[in-house]
Amino acid sequence: MAVLSSATSSYATQRGPAAGFRFTLYAVASVTLMFLDQRGGWLERARYGLAAIAYPLNLAINSPSAAVRWLQETFETRAELETENAQLRAKQRELEIRALRLAALERDNAELRGLKKALPPLIEKWLSGEVIRSESSSQRQRLLINRGATNGVFKSQAVLSNTGLVGQTLRVGPWTSEIILLTDPEHAVPVQVQRSGLRTIAVGAGEPSALLLPFLPIQSDIREGDVLVTSGLGGIFPAGYPVARVSEVKRDGNSVLAQVRATPLAGLDRDHEVMFVWFDERSPAAPVGDQGGPNTAGIMPQAVSAPGAPGAPGAPGAPGSAVAPGNAEPKR
Amino acid sequence: MIAREHIPRGTMILSTIIGLGLQFLPLPAVFDDIRPAFLVLTVIYWSVAVPRAGGIALGFFSGVAIDVFMGAVLGQYALATSLIAYLAIRQHLLVRNKPVFEQTLLVALALTIYEVVVWVIDGWSGHRMGGITRWLHVLTGAVVWPVVTAILGQTHSRR
Repeated sequence: MAVLSSATSSYATQRGPAAGFRFTLYAVASVTLMFLDQRGGWLERARYGLAAIAYPLNLAINSPSAAVRWLQETFETRAELETENAQLRAKQRELEIRALRLAALERDNAELRGLKKALPPLIEKWLSGEVIRSESSSQRQRLLINRGATNGVFKSQAVLSNTGLVGQTLRVGPWTSEIILLTDPEHAVPVQVQRSGLRTIAVGAGEPSALLLPFLPIQSDIREGDVLVTSGLGGIFPAGYPVARVSEVKRDGNSVLAQVRATPLAGLDRDHEVMFVWFDERSPAAPVGDQGGPNTAGIMPQAVSAPGAPGAPGAPGAPGSAVAPGNAEPKR
Repeated sequence: MIAREHIPRGTMILSTIIGLGLQFLPLPAVFDDIRPAFLVLTVIYWSVAVPRAGGIALGFFSGVAIDVFMGAVLGQYALATSLIAYLAIRQHLLVRNKPVFEQTLLVALALTIYEVVVWVIDGWSGHRMGGITRWLHVLTGAVVWPVVTAILGQTHSRR
């Protein structure tokens, strides 16, 4: 042992200064990277490349849970599939009937506004994506989705599910995009109480099923069970989409602010599929910019010029719709 | 030139990739706060066991990988893991010859230093600095260290 350590310690002393010097080099490299990244700009390009390199690894990491899901789907019995099919058919009929009514309402609306023809639909096109990886810690609530710039996804794009708002894209790689969920502590969304029209901001609580409404005075008109919808401010989300249901209102006499918690309506920790949405800017419900919350202000959705009809969701790489991340305004 | 020890570079790279996978493998939400930083543990292991194999470069590039996967400020985790790799390489004899229990304490210390660096940069770059939960992985990482070192120790011949 003594022989070994004397032999290797001479090796260590020989290595010592060299290691220190190399560490300094790497430390300088790291700090330079950080400065450049904070400034934004051309490092976005490097990130885009790195996201491409990380893609196969991400797929590999996801493969165990994907395999489990595939097995579950494969071995579903015929009876289960038949019941599910029947349920879906009933649901579809219900939605069709509602859509009929909706068309009539849209015509009424246009007439009331004195317009010659109906307003363009709010949603221009949508694209579904699958969750590759999800992160859910008290620090970060993120999803990685298998759709990226080659599918036309852009930075700060609204992401919905069929039950409510999910979040927005934070970083877009060629084939993947990172989504910051509503519940991330660094995310804030401007909302409105559906019943009273009260406007406020909902901030993520860092748990998969909680939002906080930290800016409401104790006398504000809000109570348990109220539904929060997007207010359309902030420039990312359109008005009127369901976000969360108020689950708890505490009015503490010692504080001027009420403590309000809400539960997101979208199954943020359960859903395997999300929808990227493109909005038609001509619609009155389209998002308007620059008055929103601390995290959403100042980022306007990029106009996506989809040349074809809006009925082609998922057409990859529609010309003009692939927004390079370098063009988007860096947020962090 | 001293007689060259066998450098298991392939094993090192493979185990680093597996460490990265374990660190980011999708798990139920409960585990996300207590999941050990497997990649950092792998870096510590190789820096201590075969300091020549990866050197500080292993720490740096592993950190860049964490940056990319976490979507952090590029360089944040790279700085932290480079520092850990450097410290581990400088002190590799000290750590290597200690019994596993004392190694565990030193690993906890290293993970604390790592998290402090990340935490300070979070503060500097205007991110949330968070509460107690971000420090939990220091404990769980130290707890799994004996397992990590036992498994990785099997993959190459130690002198």
